[in-house]
Amino acid sequence: MITVNGKQVEHVENETVAELLKRMKYTFPLVVVKINDKLIPRKDYSETMIPDDSKISVIHMISGG
Amino acid sequence: MVNKEKIREKLKNSSVGIAGLGGLGSNAAVSLARAGIGHLVLVDFDNIEHSNLDRQYYFLDQVGKPKTSAIRENLERINPSVDVMVFNKKLEKGSMSDPFKDVDVIIEALDNAEVKTGFIEEILLGLPGKPVVGASGVAGYGNSDRINTKRMGNLYMVYDEHARSSDEDVLMAPRVTLIANWQANIALEILLGENK
Repeated sequence: MITVNGKQVEHVENETVAELLKRMKYTFPLVVVKINDKLIPRKDYSETMIPDDSKISVIHMISGG
Repeated sequence: MVNKEKIREKLKNSSVGIAGLGGLGSNAAVSLARAGIGHLVLVDFDNIEHSNLDRQYYFLDQVGKPKTSAIRENLERINPSVDVMVFNKKLEKGSMSDPFKDVDVIIEALDNAEVKTGFIEEILLGLPGKPVVGASGVAGYGNSDRINTKRMGNLYMVYDEHARSSDEDVLMAPRVTLIANWQANIALEILLGENK
């Protein structure tokens, strides 16, 4: 199991960050992703695997300031 | 009882960097100056437009001026003891963290989602350990109770995930200043820590 934004979610073997975002239906164009408090650069989303038992935070960046 | 003298002293010796001097940045800077922060490092490249006055801490007679020089004037009129360093320039990919190397806390006060994301990424990767206070979901009015702080290690996000983007919704003083002050308040919390 992994935790995504506080929710318990099934761990999928060899799943990348990009695939997880898709599975979670996080379709926002811009997000900040941290795995176990480590920032994952956007360019690495298709290569970075999600380890089992990890805690993932996804923040959706919305324009305005 | 808090030790007020200790708090004053701690803040006087603290520095906050603010990226962007629009609705979030100008209001956060003013609140931190009022609170007695010792040093501010402020970065923006824009000039003040009439349309900014609905939420940004500038005045009618400052329209057309660079935000960096106008905010310096305004801060001077509120608390001249703050040491204000300004950079009138656009934050460019690859060197976004440069002005903020020596500050204690960074406030992300940019407007465009793409730039916000790039900035946070550069700071977290380029200045590991540096606390960053960002904001996402500023536009609109009402729904104050949807706003919350999401902490992920050194990254603190003032966040309303249900807000619309500023392309689809209004930006107005009450909500923007609320979030700007929320960010400033987190900065104080980080700076003062256990010295509360």
